[in-house]
Amino acid sequence: MTTDTAMTDDPVMTRSPLLEVRDLHVTYQQGGLAVPAVRGVSFALAPGDTLGVAGESGCGKSTMALSLLRLHGDAAKVTGEVLFDGENLLTTTWSRLRAVRWAGASVVFQGAMSALNPARTVLDQIVEPMVLHDGLGTREAERRAAELLDSVGIPSRRMRSYPHEFSGGQRQRVMIAMALACRPDLIIADEPTTALDVMVQAQILELLAERVREARIAVIMITHDLSLLAHTCDRLAVMYAGRIVELGPSRQVLEAPLHPYTLALSRAFPTIGDPASRRAPAGLAGDPPRPSEIGTGCAFAPRCSEAEASCRTGEMLLRPAGLGRSAACLHVRPEHRGTS
Amino acid sequence: MTAAQTTTAPNATAPDATTREPAAAVPPRFAGARRFARAFRRRPSGLAGLGILVLFSLLALTAPAFIGPEQLDVTRVNGPLLAPPSAAYPFGTDQAGRSVLDLLIWGSRESLQIGVIATVLTVVFGSAVGIVAGHYGGFLGRALMHVTDWFIALPGLPLAISLAAVLGQGTTSITIAIAATSWTATARLLRAQTLAVEARPFVERARALGAGNWQIMLRQVLPNVMPLILVSSTLTVTGALLSEATLTFLGLGSPAGVTWGEMIHDAFFGGAFTADAWWYLLPPGLAILAVVLGFTLTGRAVEYVLDPRTERKR
Amino acid sequence: MTVNPSPEAAALHVAALDVAAPDIATPDVAALEARDLSVVYPGSRGRGPARAVDDVNLRVGKGEIVALIGESGCGKSTLARALVGLVKPTGGQVLYQGTPLGYSAKALKQYRRHTQLVLQDPGGALNPKQNVYDAVALGPRLHGLTDRLPETVQHALAQAGLRPPEDFVGRYPHELSGGQQQRVVIAGVLALNPSVIVADEPVASLDASVRGEILKLILHLRDELGLSALVVSHDLGLAWNIADRVAVMYLGRVVEQGTVEEVLLRPKHPYTQALLSVVPSGSEDWRPTLLSGEPPDPTAIPAGCRFHPRCRRWAAAPEHDRAAATCDRRDPPVLAADTSHAACHLLRSTALAETV
Repeated sequence: MTTDTAMTDDPVMTRSPLLEVRDLHVTYQQGGLAVPAVRGVSFALAPGDTLGVAGESGCGKSTMALSLLRLHGDAAKVTGEVLFDGENLLTTTWSRLRAVRWAGASVVFQGAMSALNPARTVLDQIVEPMVLHDGLGTREAERRAAELLDSVGIPSRRMRSYPHEFSGGQRQRVMIAMALACRPDLIIADEPTTALDVMVQAQILELLAERVREARIAVIMITHDLSLLAHTCDRLAVMYAGRIVELGPSRQVLEAPLHPYTLALSRAFPTIGDPASRRAPAGLAGDPPRPSEIGTGCAFAPRCSEAEASCRTGEMLLRPAGLGRSAACLHVRPEHRGTS
Repeated sequence: MTAAQTTTAPNATAPDATTREPAAAVPPRFAGARRFARAFRRRPSGLAGLGILVLFSLLALTAPAFIGPEQLDVTRVNGPLLAPPSAAYPFGTDQAGRSVLDLLIWGSRESLQIGVIATVLTVVFGSAVGIVAGHYGGFLGRALMHVTDWFIALPGLPLAISLAAVLGQGTTSITIAIAATSWTATARLLRAQTLAVEARPFVERARALGAGNWQIMLRQVLPNVMPLILVSSTLTVTGALLSEATLTFLGLGSPAGVTWGEMIHDAFFGGAFTADAWWYLLPPGLAILAVVLGFTLTGRAVEYVLDPRTERKR
Repeated sequence: MTVNPSPEAAALHVAALDVAAPDIATPDVAALEARDLSVVYPGSRGRGPARAVDDVNLRVGKGEIVALIGESGCGKSTLARALVGLVKPTGGQVLYQGTPLGYSAKALKQYRRHTQLVLQDPGGALNPKQNVYDAVALGPRLHGLTDRLPETVQHALAQAGLRPPEDFVGRYPHELSGGQQQRVVIAGVLALNPSVIVADEPVASLDASVRGEILKLILHLRDELGLSALVVSHDLGLAWNIADRVAVMYLGRVVEQGTVEEVLLRPKHPYTQALLSVVPSGSEDWRPTLLSGEPPDPTAIPAGCRFHPRCRRWAAAPEHDRAAATCDRRDPPVLAADTSHAACHLLRSTALAETV
C-alpha cells in the first residue's frame, strides 16, 4: 500500500495509535455481484485525536465507519485489519467485540429517534450499560446519568421522559450522553446532525467537540458537509468511491485542497461575502460512480477537469503530499507543502 | 453552458442499456406493455398460473361443443351408477350415471363465472370506495368508512340466505351475496394505502401542475395501489370460489345448474361418502384448488412485474 | 466572523458586487406578491391554532430571484405553498402580476400554468410508476397542451440539462441519480412554460457537488428565459450563490429583508445575525452565536416581538433601553414588501444597533 509511506511522516504515528485501520475492504453481495463499498482504507487515530470523514452519499463513508465495529450487515464481506488498542476487531471473538462496543468505542447514529427505544425512558437507556458494564449500583448510575444529561444541556428533571417527548436536537443530545456513559476511548458519530436545523446543528457539534476535548476521547465524525468538519476535527479524510482521496490537517485540506474532488466539495458551500461565489454557485458535473461500476484508473477521472490519459489506467492510491498530508491524485508531489 | 453537459457523463447511463430500445425522443409506443410481457415471460410460476387459468377458461368456453344436455340430464344418461374411473368414464360416474369429468367441465362454467363476476364487483366497488374515502377524507371519507364498517358487521351467511329468499336460489343471488360481504376488506385496505400514497410528494407535485381530484386518483394513486388491488383480487377470487361451494353446499344454489359446489353438495347427499366414491368428491375439490392456485400465481407474478424497479433487480 | 471580516472590506465587496450584478430593475408590477398573507391552521389535540404564516408581505419582481430563509417550522414552506395556491390563505392576498389569485378550481388551474412548484425531495416528487417522459408530459397533458407534446418534452428536458433527451425519456425515477431526478422535476415545470418558479429547498437533499449544478441551472433559467423565482431554504449560502434579494423568516413573519448584500453583509436583525454566525467559515476563530430558549412553536407565538425570548440584543440591553424598546410588549410593525429593513424595536435606538 502506498498509504504506508504516506503515514510514516504522519504526526499521529509518532504516538502509539488508539485505532489503526489497515487496508479495509468492505464488499457487498448483491444479486450474485460483488459490489465494493469500501476499497482499501487505511488511517490511524491517536488517543484524543479527531478525524472527520467527508464524502457524498454512496461513497462508502458510513459503511467504512460501521464496519470498524463489525456493525455492517451479514451480506458484507470485510477484509483488512482494524487494530483497536492493538487488538484486531475484525478477527476477535464476539465477546471481546461486545466489550469494546460497550465501553471502548460507542456510536452516535444519524436518526436519534430510531436509535432510541421509544418504549423506555431516557434514564433507563443511559443507566443500563453503566449498570451492566461498569457494575455501578442503580443509585450511583442514576446520579451519573443525571450529571451526563446536565452536561449535554438536558435538565435532569426530564430524565424520566420518553424519547418522543424530546425535540430532535434534544434527542441527539441524549444520544451523545449515552455515547459518553461508559467513558469510551473512541466515539464514531455517523452524520450526527444531518436531520437537524442549522441552529441546532451548530449547538450539537459544539457540544460534542467540547465533551470530547474535556475527556480526551478520539472521534471519527462522518458527514457530507466538509465545512462543518473543519471546526470540530483536527484531521480530515475525504472519501470518493470507497477510497480516501485526501487526508490531512482539516484547515489545510479545506483551505488548500490537493485533490480536485476536495476542491469541488470545499467550494460547494460558499463563504458569504466572497465575491467569487456571488451569483456563481460551484458544482461538479456528472454523478459519482455506482459502486458496481468502478473500473480501473482513478474513479474520479470521468468528472475531473484535469484528468489525463494516464489517470484512466492503473490504480490510484494515496500519495504523500507534504507534512501529514496525502492525496490520491497524479498531480500531487511529495514536496507539496499545502500550497497548491 | 455548463449545466447542459452535466448529466451526460459516461456513468450516467443505466446498466441495462443493452436491453433498452434504440434511442428516440418518445418512449416507443406500448413500451410498457412490451416491458411487461418480457418481464412476465421470465417468471415461470406466473406462466404456470396463467397456463392453468387459460386451460380452465378454454374448457369452460368450449364445453358446449362436446357436452350436450343428454350427458347432463339425469333422465337421459345411461352410464353405470357410482362407477369408479374406467376407460369410458375417466373420472367415474355419479349416482345418476353421469360422467364426473363431464360434470366437472360443465361445472367450471358457472363456478368460474360466479368467482370472476363476484371478484370484479368486489374489487371495483371496494377499490372505488377505498380510494375515494382516502382521497377526500373529511365528511365524505368518514361517511364512506361508516358505511363500510356497517357492512363489515353484516353476517355473510344469513345475508346470503335472505338474498336467496328474495332473489330466488341461483347464481345471481350467490354472486351478489359474495360481493356484498367481501368488498369491505378491499375498501379498508385501499383507503389505508391511498392515505399513504397521497402523503408522498409526487401527489403534491401533480396538484401543483394542475391535476384535479380525478386525475390524482386515477393517474397518481391508482397505479401505486395497483399491487394491492391485485393481491386483494386474487384473495377475493379464492374466497368467492370457496363461498360458492359453501353456499351451494348449504342448498342455496340453483337446483338445476351444475357447479363445483353443486357437485360437492350432490356427492355428499348422494351417498358418495358411504359408497367410498372418492372419484366423485375429489375432482371438484381439486379443480377449485387448481383455479385458486392459478389466480394466486398469476397475481403474484403480475404484481412483481408491475413494479418498474424489478427490471433492475435481476 | 465570516461575514464581515472588516467593515471596509465588506463595503468594498459590496461596491464591487453592485456594479457586477446584472441590472435587474424592479418594475411596478411584481411577478408574484404576497400581501398581508396569513395562514392559520386550526388547533388540534388541545393546542391552539397554529399561525404558520402571520402577516407576510413579500414580492418577487419580474426576472428576480428571491431567497426566503428560515429554520424548519418557521412557516416558509407553508408560505411557498400559499404562493402557488396549494394552501388557501386565511387572510391577505396572493397577487400574480398584480391580479389577486382566485380560488375557484378554474382560476387555480389557469394560475398553475404560470406559477410552478419545485419540491425538496426529487426522489419522492416523481411517481415511481411513471417514466421520465410521462413525468415531464404530466403538466402539458393536464392542461390539454398535447400538440407537439414530444417536442415540448424534449425541449424541456434539454433546457433542464438532461441531454440528449432521448437517453432519458424511457427511464424510471429509480434509475436516475438525485441530481437527474431534480432536473426531471424542473423539466416538468418548464414544460408548462411558467413565468414564476417557487422552489422549496431545491437542493437540500442533494449531494454537495450536485447542489451547485442545480443552482447554476436555476440561475441560467432566469438569465435565458427571464423566469422569476422564489427559492425557499435554510441555507444562507444558497442566497449568496443565486439570489438578488433575501427575506428572513422567523415564526411566520418576515423579520428582515433587502438585497442579498445588505442582509448578508450588514445584517440588522439579531436573528439574521445569529443565523449568519452559525454558517461555518474558513476562519480560525469561528464562534457561532448560539440561540438558547425553546425552539419556535407557531401555536404559541410570544407576545411582543416574537423573537425577544431568544434575543441576545434584548438580553444584553441596559435596563432603561429595555423599558423604552418595549420588545416584550409591542409587536414590531409588519415589514412592507419592497423596503429593505428589519423588524426590530432596538434598531431605532441607533446607539444599540451600533454596539451589537
